[in-house]
Amino acid sequence: MVDLRRAAAIVGIHEHVTRYAPDKSELQIQGESVIKALADAGLTKDDVDGLFTASSSARNSGMNLADYLNMYPSYVDNTTVGGGSFEFHLSHALTAIAAGRINVAVITYSSLARSGGVSVGTGGVGRFGHPVLEPSPDSFEELYGMTTVGLYAMIARRHMHLYGTTAEQLAEVSVAMRHHASMNPEALFRDPITVEDVVGSRVISDPLHLMDCCIITDGGGAVVVASPEVARNCRRTPVWVLGTGEAIAHQGAGKRDLMYIAAHQSSPRAFEMAGVTHDDIDMAMVYDSFTITVVETLEDLGFCKKGEGGEFVSGGRLKVGGGLPINTDGGGLSSNHPGMRGLFLLLEATRQLRHQFDGTGRQVPNCQLALAHGTGGALGSRHSGGTVILARD
Amino acid sequence: MTTAWNKPLPTVAGETKAFWDSCRRGQLVIQVCEDCGEYQWYPRGICANCWGENVRWVQSSGRGTVWTYTVTYQNRTPGFAEMVPYVLALVELEEGVRMFTNIIDCNPRDVHIGMPVEVTFQTATPQITIPYFKPAG
Repeated sequence: MVDLRRAAAIVGIHEHVTRYAPDKSELQIQGESVIKALADAGLTKDDVDGLFTASSSARNSGMNLADYLNMYPSYVDNTTVGGGSFEFHLSHALTAIAAGRINVAVITYSSLARSGGVSVGTGGVGRFGHPVLEPSPDSFEELYGMTTVGLYAMIARRHMHLYGTTAEQLAEVSVAMRHHASMNPEALFRDPITVEDVVGSRVISDPLHLMDCCIITDGGGAVVVASPEVARNCRRTPVWVLGTGEAIAHQGAGKRDLMYIAAHQSSPRAFEMAGVTHDDIDMAMVYDSFTITVVETLEDLGFCKKGEGGEFVSGGRLKVGGGLPINTDGGGLSSNHPGMRGLFLLLEATRQLRHQFDGTGRQVPNCQLALAHGTGGALGSRHSGGTVILARD
Repeated sequence: MTTAWNKPLPTVAGETKAFWDSCRRGQLVIQVCEDCGEYQWYPRGICANCWGENVRWVQSSGRGTVWTYTVTYQNRTPGFAEMVPYVLALVELEEGVRMFTNIIDCNPRDVHIGMPVEVTFQTATPQITIPYFKPAG
């Protein structure tokens, strides 16, 4: 494969800090985010030639967004594979930039999941707004009362059965994320919690409790990706893309062991491309839709062996100062989760690599390499996994 | 006594019609490939393994074991909202394929991984009968 290391860089970011915005449209949140991310980079509207977005609600998201922003991008990518879409977008933007098709790409997302009252995890068959079932696979699944949380709960149940993983170990993930959220003034929930709080919260889908589940918020953001030539002249120090890996996992015609998730496929691709090892990674942004998502993802990314995730996440390893700090913004479990969260993984990884929090407890000391892994869909049925490895200049 | 079925109903397509017709007769059928011999689930118009076209319907034993499950306490969908708590499960059939289902006719607390189960059917509408699983008798 062509060596794509450092063929593109993240040069601008913006997180729309709203967690509740009933007075805004999704396009307005995206528009405001794109404008501020470009300002962060020191670039303008006319510099952008690639537009990348995904939406869990609006059809024609790329067309509508280009219309709203009054842009005429020459490269458009609406890859929509759930919450991990934005790691795919970064991978695709890297390739398009390396091929010389574009110089500057904007990746953006927004959602009004909270003010819209969307039951993301427990909405059942109506959760994505398709009341008539597709002949397959929906017609063989949704008849039984599938929920997103239920599909993750089934994976958690089997993980416990096979490996002795406990509810208390899963709760450690929530506790660590809340600890990080307590240092993030924008996080929705900031009061520290304990393992007892998590396992004492009501059961949503056994064995997952309310506090094993991500929150539901409004929100949005944007990432600006640029060629090395452009990046060198931006306002901000570039954060380089070293490696990317994409994968889909599914039932495999009824035979795949979904205890191995898409990260099992995408992670080796990203590490091989980047030419780095797990020991080199200073922090990780791991999609935390549910606590079990983090445990399974860390195993299949290769940070620990299959079955050892429960032990791995315990004892504060995931906190800044621990062996592998993850989700230093508080994650989807405590900071924000507007429907699809993959974009925010790129934002916080970039902040860490910029050393934006130097002098505070949120900064991972001397952060040189960060990994982000986005998961979209449901671990128990079918899902996407996008791994990216980013480097400080 | 019959009450209107208020849960989602399947959409029947050409490639899945034989499955739903069989359910109406109280038979669980799955597909096997004439070319490579692999079973597959869910039904489809091609062999998911070798991509051949010669898939054949065969009757499943209707027996299997619970591969994993969850007791669901919250679902906003009408039909299921009134049913909680219910058991959502993946059952591995004796033929080796896993299918989503509900485990019914038992206390949700009694369900466990590895539990032997067998197919049972419920009539939803005159056209649609849906397979479920219950503890093996």
